[in-house]
Amino acid sequence: MALDSQKTEGFKQIGTRPDRPDGVDKVTGRARFGADMTAPGMLWGVIVRSPHAHARIVKIDTSKAEAMEGVKAVVTRADFSDAITPAPGMRGEMWNVLENVMADEKALYDGHAVAAVAATSQLAARDAAKAITVQYEVLPHVTDVDKAMEDGAPVIRDGTAEASVPEGMHPNVVRYHESGQGDLDAGFAAADLVIEETFKTEATHQGYIEPHACLATLGGDGKGELWCCTQGHWNVQKVCAALLGLETSQLRVTASEIGGGFGGKTAVFIEPVALALSRKANKPVKLVMTRSEVFRSTGPTASTSMDVKIGMTKDGTITAAQGIFRCQGGAFPGAPMEFTAMCSFAPYNLKAVKQIGYDVMTNRPKQAAYRAPGSPMAAFAVESVIDELCNKLGLDPIDTRLKNASREGTQANFGPKWDRIGLVETLEAAKAHPHYATPLKPGQGRGISCGFWFNHGGETAVMLALSEDGTAQLAVGTPDIGGSRASMAMMAAEELGIPYENVRCTIADTASLGYNEISHGSRVTYASGLATIEAARDAVKKLCARAAAKWGIPEDAVKWEDGCAVPSGPNAGDHDPLPLAKITAKMGATGGPIVGHFEATPEGAGVSFATHIVDAEVDQETGKTNVSRYTVVQDAGKAIHPTYVEGQFQGGAAQGIGWALNEEYIYGEDGRLQNAGFLDYRIPVASDLPMIDTVIVEVPNPGHPYGVRGVGETSICPPLAAIANAVSNAAGVRLKQLPMSPPRILKALGKHG
Amino acid sequence: MQYHTPATFEDAAKIAFDAQGITRFLAGGTDVLVQLRSDLVEPDTLIDVKKIEGTNNITKNADGSWTLGVAVSGAEMSEHPELGNDWPGLVEAMDLIGSTQVQGRATLTGNLCNGSPAADSVPVMFATGATVSVTGPDGTREVAVEDIPAGPGKTNLAKGELVSAIHIPPRGQGGGDAYLRFIPRTEMDIAVVGCGVNLRVDGDTITEARIALGAVAPTVVLVPDAAAAIVGTKLDDAALDALAAAASAACNPIDDKRGTVEFRTHVAGVLAKRAAKIAYDRAKG
Repeated sequence: MALDSQKTEGFKQIGTRPDRPDGVDKVTGRARFGADMTAPGMLWGVIVRSPHAHARIVKIDTSKAEAMEGVKAVVTRADFSDAITPAPGMRGEMWNVLENVMADEKALYDGHAVAAVAATSQLAARDAAKAITVQYEVLPHVTDVDKAMEDGAPVIRDGTAEASVPEGMHPNVVRYHESGQGDLDAGFAAADLVIEETFKTEATHQGYIEPHACLATLGGDGKGELWCCTQGHWNVQKVCAALLGLETSQLRVTASEIGGGFGGKTAVFIEPVALALSRKANKPVKLVMTRSEVFRSTGPTASTSMDVKIGMTKDGTITAAQGIFRCQGGAFPGAPMEFTAMCSFAPYNLKAVKQIGYDVMTNRPKQAAYRAPGSPMAAFAVESVIDELCNKLGLDPIDTRLKNASREGTQANFGPKWDRIGLVETLEAAKAHPHYATPLKPGQGRGISCGFWFNHGGETAVMLALSEDGTAQLAVGTPDIGGSRASMAMMAAEELGIPYENVRCTIADTASLGYNEISHGSRVTYASGLATIEAARDAVKKLCARAAAKWGIPEDAVKWEDGCAVPSGPNAGDHDPLPLAKITAKMGATGGPIVGHFEATPEGAGVSFATHIVDAEVDQETGKTNVSRYTVVQDAGKAIHPTYVEGQFQGGAAQGIGWALNEEYIYGEDGRLQNAGFLDYRIPVASDLPMIDTVIVEVPNPGHPYGVRGVGETSICPPLAAIANAVSNAAGVRLKQLPMSPPRILKALGKHG
Repeated sequence: MQYHTPATFEDAAKIAFDAQGITRFLAGGTDVLVQLRSDLVEPDTLIDVKKIEGTNNITKNADGSWTLGVAVSGAEMSEHPELGNDWPGLVEAMDLIGSTQVQGRATLTGNLCNGSPAADSVPVMFATGATVSVTGPDGTREVAVEDIPAGPGKTNLAKGELVSAIHIPPRGQGGGDAYLRFIPRTEMDIAVVGCGVNLRVDGDTITEARIALGAVAPTVVLVPDAAAAIVGTKLDDAALDALAAAASAACNPIDDKRGTVEFRTHVAGVLAKRAAKIAYDRAKG
């Protein structure tokens, strides 16, 4: 439903590209990240982790470590709240978080925390951690999603499965999703060509450059302070309070500057451990993960195994589509299989469609959100089959997608009718782009893919306080992971009619605002943006009231124009415009501080679609891929700060290139992660990437005052498929497994073996 | 941990010979410090050889040969006005290692003594016919570079012995060298296969060749059969195919996270052909 007050043009600030407010801090090193904070008397914490993929913890002997010089505290599971018990069926998200933060009876994956120590130096803590002896009874393990579903596979945790899981499935299958509509059999029968293929993707890590880090202080009085690197500090506050048995409001959490998150810092890992150590030692405790710990013990995304079947007529009409998506999310429920299933066919208008998802547990770390969790893998499978159908039927890949595209009013594959959406506009812009008209050189292949993400609203609180000099302090509660402080300042400045530079936006701590949901779901520019606009409008209303009082006219006879209160019409009398700074200069004497607020759970986050065009070439002798040209076309609704929007588009493509070509979790036969470092977990380096061209399409979101749609996640949905289609077309053979590493491509080419 | 900065190689050898427990020599530190920081090794004795006089020198000798000090960094090799004219393959191989920052510290000697079969500078060092001076408790001897590696992370150096200089032969007329490696990315990576080629031509005909492969066996290996396949030829297609076959036949790799046996064996042949073409073009001038 459109907002009555929506404004999508005629802006003064929106759509410009001012300097980023955090730029100087970051280039000078003044910005403080998670590990940059210290406190007097601070101790260093180190976590002891399981070397086994699956093992019963028989005994933990901490006596030797406790006797070492400088050691002030050792904690195990016994030092956390015993009020958190597994919900019926061994479920309950808080219990799962606690179980992941510190193992109880069993170590469930290589890298699972089993104990922790705090000492007066980092070296002393490291030595003490080595002195903690853990006796394990090693159990059989499984790390592959398909193997975990087979009869006889080791059971990770019996009794976890929800009632919706069909009878007879392995106990490792813990959740089930099914959705769709129409008559599949009739649909497939009406097709001229039906293709059914199986695809696999490996787990990939968000790969943020800053490892998790925190500084915790917790006293015996239950009052605490926590500084940490997170995408959502209110969530950290809630989880830590529960895990340690504290009152939520007694724990104040401050979010540090953040060196990348991509969803991976929406979860809680080390913070409760640092707090438990601090409570025991009665001193501040700092915990900083190593890169190896980040890979072994924080969330990569799910790995998948997928079957997709699509039928098409000779003219390119899709007659039926079916997808089965098996997602592995580690030793806990929560693999995003329902998102995988729902996103799979979202770009298409289908009369007959069905999607099934399975959430499968294995002996791997608990998966965490990674940019549009679950969607990129679905697009890889579905868009590969569509590409193959187009190749076999001699159809243009963009025209075919346009022919079947979802539009406003189309019934989505998972049920609802689409509101105003911009898929067709992205396809048309891609078709018109010079990239699509450029002939391919010999040896090159071109790939097209669409992608979809829901986007999210969520609980949001914002406060805008005006200063006497007419500047504004904007406090938001969503950590800035993609340039949101600039966008928020621009939206506030637009509403107030003051320069962008006169608004200082900061990320407030948990004591300063109401609850703010995590910076996830591409929600920040949408929800905190909406709240900022509303808070500024609230302040403007109060400014107008002061002017009305001064002029002795009714409040509704004053309006706000270009940063000034003005009479709303001739009947309101003849008064000179009253600038904001003149009102704030006297606000102490005219009624007190002027502060705008907004608190709500906005629910109009518009969905977002994208279309990517990729050219790639494959070295036929070595199987090495070069991505030679890349164009991202995406609907942003309204780009507040286009440079940041383009950055999000490029970032999604860059991470997608890594995921498609080289990134993967590699487990040995022993169930241990073999590549827990950036040498062998191969994210792209700058020279691996082409210049990534971007086209911002703006189809306004009816649910935001300026039409904003989230852009952070949709950009990673099409790359896996677009690159796989380009590589497959260049190589002349369909690649159905990620990553498309050189050995895998060479094997598919039949060049050896 | 004891940290030493001896003034001579003789002193360094004596400290190492007398040391108990784990000893590491420190030149650029781009392997040792990484191992230390990632908790893979905690040496009892660390002997820093950078303070020994002359270890930063690159010297061209009267006969046209080169002597490189053990602390000469990759950046110093790349920026040297003449070394790269004589041995472009060697300089390029060294330059492939790590980042700009790593290039300011990393050394040929360290790359050799770290004992990795995937070391980028080592195959081309083998191919050039380089030798090293080895100083130990009983004095200094000269050893062919291919006699240093013993296996992954191991060398044939005895307790108390260390490399004290690297000697590259005179380039001479009609020579060319080259090194190529395969990595899945474009830089900042470790070789899945490496191949160093050094050859000499008389007119269009190859008269001498030395070819070595990296990352396809427990150590870098010299492959005489690959060299024999091109000596006496003009590097025609038949010679190149024979070269590739000989290179692949010499492989004894493992399946690991970086590549499969089949992949390494195949790509060794591909790289041998490509590197030989570059060296051949350079030799012909």
